Amino acid sequence: MTDTTFQEETIIRTSGSHNCGGRCIVKAHVKDGRIVRITSDDERPDTDKRPQLRGCLRCRAYRSYLYHEDRLKYPMKRIGKRGEGLFERISWEEALDTIADHTKRIMAEYGPEAIYLSYATGNAGKTSEQVWMRRLLALYGGYLDYYGTYSSACTNAATPYTYGTVNSGSSREDWVNSKLIILMGFNPAATIHGTNTAYYLKKAKEAGAKIICIDPLYSDTAVALADQWIPIRPTTDSALLDAMAYVIITENLQDQVFLDTYCLGFDEDHMPEGIPAGNSYKSYILGTGTDQVPKTPAWAERSTGIPREIIIQLAREYALNKPGALIQGFGPQRHAYGEQPPRSGAALAAMTGNIGIKGGWASGCGSPCRKQYVGSIPINNPCKAAISMYMWPLAIQKGTELGKREGVRGVDKLSANIKLIFNLAGNCLINQHSDTNGTAELLGDENLAQFIVVSDHFLTSSAKFADILLPGDNFMEREDIVLPWSAGDYVLFMNKAVDTVYECRNGYDWIRDLAERLELTAEFTQGKTLEDWLRFIVDETRKENPGFPSYEEFKEKGVYDWEYEEPAIAFKEQIEDPRHHPFPTPSGKIEFFSSRLWELDKPAEVPAIPKYIPAWEGPEDPLRGTYPLQCIGHHTKRRVHSMFDNNDWMEEAEAQVFWISIYDAKKRGIKNGERVCIYNTRGKVILTAKVTPRIMPGVISIPQGGWWSPDKEGTDQRGCINTLTKYQPTPLAFANPQHTNLVEVAKLDQMEAEK
Amino acid sequence: MSKQIAFYVEQKHCMGCSACQIACKDKHNLPLGQNFRQIHAYEGGDFTISGNVVYQNTYAYWIPVSCNHCVDAPCIAVCPSKAIFKRQEDGLVLINEKSCIGCRRCFAVCPYQAPQFDAANGKMKKCDFCQDLLQQGTAPACVSACPMRVLGYGELSELQKKYGDTSWVKGLPNTAKIKPAWVLVPHRDAVDV
Repeated sequence: MTDTTFQEETIIRTSGSHNCGGRCIVKAHVKDGRIVRITSDDERPDTDKRPQLRGCLRCRAYRSYLYHEDRLKYPMKRIGKRGEGLFERISWEEALDTIADHTKRIMAEYGPEAIYLSYATGNAGKTSEQVWMRRLLALYGGYLDYYGTYSSACTNAATPYTYGTVNSGSSREDWVNSKLIILMGFNPAATIHGTNTAYYLKKAKEAGAKIICIDPLYSDTAVALADQWIPIRPTTDSALLDAMAYVIITENLQDQVFLDTYCLGFDEDHMPEGIPAGNSYKSYILGTGTDQVPKTPAWAERSTGIPREIIIQLAREYALNKPGALIQGFGPQRHAYGEQPPRSGAALAAMTGNIGIKGGWASGCGSPCRKQYVGSIPINNPCKAAISMYMWPLAIQKGTELGKREGVRGVDKLSANIKLIFNLAGNCLINQHSDTNGTAELLGDENLAQFIVVSDHFLTSSAKFADILLPGDNFMEREDIVLPWSAGDYVLFMNKAVDTVYECRNGYDWIRDLAERLELTAEFTQGKTLEDWLRFIVDETRKENPGFPSYEEFKEKGVYDWEYEEPAIAFKEQIEDPRHHPFPTPSGKIEFFSSRLWELDKPAEVPAIPKYIPAWEGPEDPLRGTYPLQCIGHHTKRRVHSMFDNNDWMEEAEAQVFWISIYDAKKRGIKNGERVCIYNTRGKVILTAKVTPRIMPGVISIPQGGWWSPDKEGTDQRGCINTLTKYQPTPLAFANPQHTNLVEVAKLDQMEAEK
Repeated sequence: MSKQIAFYVEQKHCMGCSACQIACKDKHNLPLGQNFRQIHAYEGGDFTISGNVVYQNTYAYWIPVSCNHCVDAPCIAVCPSKAIFKRQEDGLVLINEKSCIGCRRCFAVCPYQAPQFDAANGKMKKCDFCQDLLQQGTAPACVSACPMRVLGYGELSELQKKYGDTSWVKGLPNTAKIKPAWVLVPHRDAVDV
């Protein structure tokens, strides 16, 4: 007799914990210790009030990821050059001893500001590796922190200069009250910007809303929902919004009472004291201010590529169809001057009085105005220094030269260069950062970043730069608690579905063992197991939320919904009762004009009012003579950032190809399905062309997240857009300008001939 | 009139997300190259460039397609081993795997290319409407997976009463004779106005 017993299929309730804007119910069907099927929310009633949290193809295809033969199985140490990807298996003891030794040495020699936990979002759970490493390093003396995100740094930085907060988003359930919805670079069909976001748009459309998509691509959202697609050249959103403002002002369509009551800096009559005349928003738009250029539709069509009559139509429709929602995605703010579009959008929302009302939308960042408290693992970092998440290459090269002018927070100047990097479940070390070739060279210098620790599931592009590479567990193999990051009034419990394989380990387990080597076990664990910590999070949550279930009940149900009578409307109180509810800005008003930005005294790049600033490597850069095409990197359904790039089911659902318009392809003799070369001074990519009418002429797009795969000559064979992007932080947020690139595309035989 | 189970597809709002395709693949354990439900993409149109500005008349839409369990299924007629049959009780078109000789004539004749050849055992396989789930009273995997709620199912005549009898949109082969058991609510660009 064997002791193997036949098992019935059991269903485990969990959720994905990777960095996805959605957070869905995932049910793992487990038989004999293996997941045999994945389903989603199909038992709870699917109601208007609470639509099911249905997972998309990414989590549904997880079996093909979980049981992938390339899974990292053992701890390894590097034996080749950094980035070469050559490793040797070692024991966990050796791996942790090595990490502990370097941590001790670097902390003693350089101090906490030399130790950096890079931006990594492969595990967004409440008890991820990131969380535990932060907790441990905080106890050990501290670490250099970061602020901002690669997704939304510019809008996170800029929106508060208008509203005083990033939480300018109403509930999505409220979209059914909109007459008009304008989506600017917002494609929730592919970027799951909150579970059910595209579905809420469908409901709005059914309720009568007209939907207009403004996007260089005829996006999946546009195909399914839009009444009109307006293609726009990347980096020019503020030019379009400026011209819309021009139309609204010159046709006297603005809500002047709203502007007079709630806003600062719209016109010369409502400016802060001490500011010279001509600096109001209206003066800028009409060209009566400092630049003497009226921002007419004719002016805007030159940069945006949008015919002037369409700009006029759009402006009138938005001004006259109230309530209307001008919803801005994150794409338009990931460019050279990405701080401008969020504030330009908010200006339009204010001019049309669409703020604080049902069916309106305040624009800007749009993070939900209704948030619920869920407890967290305590971390008290004694090191106060923080950099923008995008500034680490400069902090490696010349950290001690960086100060407040370079966005350093907490200290006047950094006291050390970065020497030790923990990159835990992330691919921003190279793949999702800018300029892969330049970054690879920087990381290759072992005198600069002396030691790099990576934890992941696969040998990703970033993992290849590890000195010690650790095999992590995945969301089917652990317990955790997860929240939606963009929208949704709920929290999910992740139950463990299957055992961890090989020598993969949970973050808490190995970081606890590291704590022991740093003689911090008791402080780090407080005598708690991982389950004890999850109970701690639930206890903390219950303190603030009286209706929150017990740990056992929450774990069993897997989901807790906060229930509300009405959708939340951002800034409702500020609009209905301004006397008692000022906006959280210095003036208490919606700030078209920000005195804080004025005081920065960088008017060309960080104006006090939102302005269109032509981007370097934008459509007006003379460099277009050599590199005529703008290159962006749209998100696709088949990956979450770079995750699942190696999942064959996803490649089958959507192959990694770049989009080029039929117009530009014809000019170059490129056929659909042909492999061609995309290049600029920073790098070369060889990739298959999708020749399509779904992208505007003059623009190409490489779906972001392909794993950088340089051949011997350094030519990327997989289509990592960052082979072509430039490392240049934006002026206010010090953020990533990912969609700001000029390139040329050529047939392979032509490239060969030019050699 | 005999019973005929059918799919409902609100094609106008399909965002081509492939959740149905993957849910089906996962449910039926299909290897690479085999999908009982697939997303077919259609696109066309052109640009006019005038100076700096761009005019477009682009169109695009998706059709999520599986076996449509046709009322007069051509695959049944061409099957030399009589492996394919129509089940009287619900109108499902099913393959008797034992009799299938893997000749692929059903694939060739199917306007949707629905039957899939399984190289592992040399047989044809296809959508069976998730009969096991239907028996349990739950929806087929693709239907319950759809994040946009554009997929549904029901008795053909009832779906037709509710949503009309469109079973063809631009891009699909002519299927008037075979009477596919599905009801489409077409995308604006998939019909002539």
